[in-house]
Amino acid sequence: MTLEYLQNYWWLLVSVLGGILVFLLFVQGGQSMLLTAGSKLRRDLIVNSMGSKWELTFTTLVTFGGAAFASFPLFYSTSFGGAYWLWILILFSFVVQAVSYEFRRKKGNLYGTRTYDIFLFLNGCVGCILLGVAVSMFFFGAEFTVNKGNLLIGSAPVISQWAPTHGFEAIFNWKNLILGIAVLFLARTQACLYMMNNITDDPDFFQSLKGKAFINGGIFLVFFLWFLGTLLTADGYTVISEGIRTKSVEITPFKYYHNYMALWPALACLTIGVVAVLFGWLKSCFGKHFTKGIWFTGIGTFLVVASLFWVAGYNDTPFYPSLLNPADSLTIRNASSSEFTLTAMSYVSILIPFVLAYIAYVWRSMDKKKLTPEGLESSDHAY
Amino acid sequence: MSDLTSIVDWSRLQFAVTAIYHWLFVPLTLGLSVMVAIMESIYLKTKSERWLYATKFWMRLFGINFAIGVATGIILEFEFGTNWSNYSWFVGDIFGAPLAIEGILAFFMESTFVAVMFFGWNKVSPRFHLASTWLTALGASISALWILVANAWMQYPVGMEFDPDQMRNVMDNFWALFSGIAVNKFFHAVLSGWALSGVFVIGVSCWFLWKKRNVEFAIRSIKVGAWFGLAGMLLTMYTGDGSAVEVTKHQPMKLAAMEGLYHGHQGQSLAAVAILNPNKDWNNDEDEYLFEIAIPNGLSILGRHDMDAFIPGITDIINGVDIDANGDTINTVSYQDRIAKGKLAQQALKEYGEAREAGDSALMASTLTTLRENYPYFGYGYFKSVDEAIPPVGLTFTMFRVMVILGSYFLAFFVIVLFLVYRTELLQKKTWIQWIAMASVPFMWICSEAGWAVAEVGRQPWTVQDLLPTVASVSAVPATSVMVTFWLFALIFTVLLVAEVSIMCRQISKESKKTLS
Repeated sequence: MTLEYLQNYWWLLVSVLGGILVFLLFVQGGQSMLLTAGSKLRRDLIVNSMGSKWELTFTTLVTFGGAAFASFPLFYSTSFGGAYWLWILILFSFVVQAVSYEFRRKKGNLYGTRTYDIFLFLNGCVGCILLGVAVSMFFFGAEFTVNKGNLLIGSAPVISQWAPTHGFEAIFNWKNLILGIAVLFLARTQACLYMMNNITDDPDFFQSLKGKAFINGGIFLVFFLWFLGTLLTADGYTVISEGIRTKSVEITPFKYYHNYMALWPALACLTIGVVAVLFGWLKSCFGKHFTKGIWFTGIGTFLVVASLFWVAGYNDTPFYPSLLNPADSLTIRNASSSEFTLTAMSYVSILIPFVLAYIAYVWRSMDKKKLTPEGLESSDHAY
Repeated sequence: MSDLTSIVDWSRLQFAVTAIYHWLFVPLTLGLSVMVAIMESIYLKTKSERWLYATKFWMRLFGINFAIGVATGIILEFEFGTNWSNYSWFVGDIFGAPLAIEGILAFFMESTFVAVMFFGWNKVSPRFHLASTWLTALGASISALWILVANAWMQYPVGMEFDPDQMRNVMDNFWALFSGIAVNKFFHAVLSGWALSGVFVIGVSCWFLWKKRNVEFAIRSIKVGAWFGLAGMLLTMYTGDGSAVEVTKHQPMKLAAMEGLYHGHQGQSLAAVAILNPNKDWNNDEDEYLFEIAIPNGLSILGRHDMDAFIPGITDIINGVDIDANGDTINTVSYQDRIAKGKLAQQALKEYGEAREAGDSALMASTLTTLRENYPYFGYGYFKSVDEAIPPVGLTFTMFRVMVILGSYFLAFFVIVLFLVYRTELLQKKTWIQWIAMASVPFMWICSEAGWAVAEVGRQPWTVQDLLPTVASVSAVPATSVMVTFWLFALIFTVLLVAEVSIMCRQISKESKKTLS
């Protein structure tokens, strides 16, 4: 296996993790609806429906970070150390989420159920929007420079330097926010579809979820099309690499449109993904008792997100464009780990299908018995 | 204080507070998960409702603890990027791999099966449920394995070479990551979690005895906790001994700091109880201790398993003096020379880059030779004086004693509890024994945290031993930003810890009132 092959392979794996993560954000979508759920029973149903899956989203985020660190350490170093406030806010929202499920209804939790529900709500909204912002920087760039020679300057040895606002500029960039908002409403839509599949014996709630899925899906569609239009008409960099070194960088109009045209699997995934999401969404909203919409939108989401990662990183495209110095943009060539490390980790990656298989098996076993209001009351480990 | 120093200090504080909080929860997860799995196995075999009650009771406490452990864990991983970005580049090629593997192999196992553990009682078969409980425990330990391998590598960096073209280290031997330090560290940390969980179970069960509630359940739990804890403590001590030998070999400065030793001797004694002299410095003639009760030859036995071996002190190491097994004085590289060599390596790296840009292959070859010769001391090139290369002696010294004294106490504690628990009358009647057991619980946490303080404070000022000091590992973030996030995390962790302890207490109280048939 050549280094180039391994770099492509690991970007593919990062794309897969990214796709799975965005799909699993339906947990955050459900949390974002908590405060407007109406009755206490509805809130408890939402929490317990999402509660058996929150760890998967959390773990996928951690693994996404770990995989990015191991395979593209220059990205990890530059982005996390630079867009400090963006990542800290994301992390903070996930910290308060992690305890809230377990603590919210426990006696002695000191701050009351409502506080933990607000934590879950915050994670639902902030987590989705800011993760969308973070991914959007893969296309619209960030204000950083990289100078490895700094390592030898004792008084200021840091190789990556960022804009003084350290991530706030990314959060308040309208292009990034479009994707952030799209991710939030996608997550909310999928949460509705998941609960329509996971919760039974409550026809009123089912109808209510249908209505919410329709509205949230509509808003998602508007923002997604806006993002897609902005992306496909945007200029981008084309980087010519010589091994791991950047030889030259030039601006290419309609870069991501050209990438989709050049990468037919990405175009196919985007097309199939969009159709699957639309089908799952519309069929759920207008079908009489269609509960399998989550699987269509889930697969569709995975395909669309994966395709976005591909056009961000393949076809001589820098997946982390520098707005301050285009030559410092990060590509899968100059930001990757060594051939040895990528090879070693590739052997480990052989186990990923087994991991996915047992997750699927457990998911199926656990979701065979649906959640009901009565079951919730009798459960000895309800959240 | 310069801004760089301030960033380093706040970044270290933030990482320390995160790690300290994280380690409040992780050892309990590591031990309790195994104990719960053992109890559930017995339940499945005996079908006894009492074992089912015991399993579910401890599983609930495990769940409360697990959630907050996960919450603090995510920050640690990402702080390598947010606060130690230079480090992430310099050694990310090696360090990132264990973290990724941890996610793929361990985290998913843990998070998938923990859901079955909590929610699956009526959804999956009893055997599948038991398998899930064991897999959760296994996932937690595998997770610890990869993290501790990564941590050990920072203290003993092997299996890599420096790539001057990319200005970073790259891995060249994956299996070298499983060094003696890594293996010892893994077993030492995980098994100390067993001991901690044993103390926790005994302490909580003694509260049941004191309240005279569900006495039979309490006695049963104490038996499991005491045997489990004793096994954990004995093995923790055994692996601790292995760790001491590894530290002596690879981090002699840390050992010297643990002992507050400046001038070593052959057959070096160990200061069992001592008060450090605050005026002592590596280059003055003050006494090391104001007061000392020593164990003759103790440190030589601990560090080299040889009564007469020489153990170098801080001054010896700085001056580059050692004595070999034959008793002959040998010169190692003094710290002044290390600093000079480090600066030489950094200068060679700079010139190598310039030569590469100029296409001067002859100069590239010569600078590369200089770089390779001096690279083992690369990190010393960031220091202006040898004082910067000495770890905080007082804190390391104190924490080492706290760990050892409390560890010894808990070994005796388990033995005595085991003796008493098989004479149930005694344990039930003597409330002062129950109180001692309850009061001992927080000291086990102090013991465990002290162990980490020895390991992490003692290795300062390095993030990667000899190659990268903390001062060159940070991110280019304003110190004020890190200060704000430090307080933010310190506050939220404290708020959540208070809630966790409160929930645990209420849960224990509530469960104790249930009447068992």
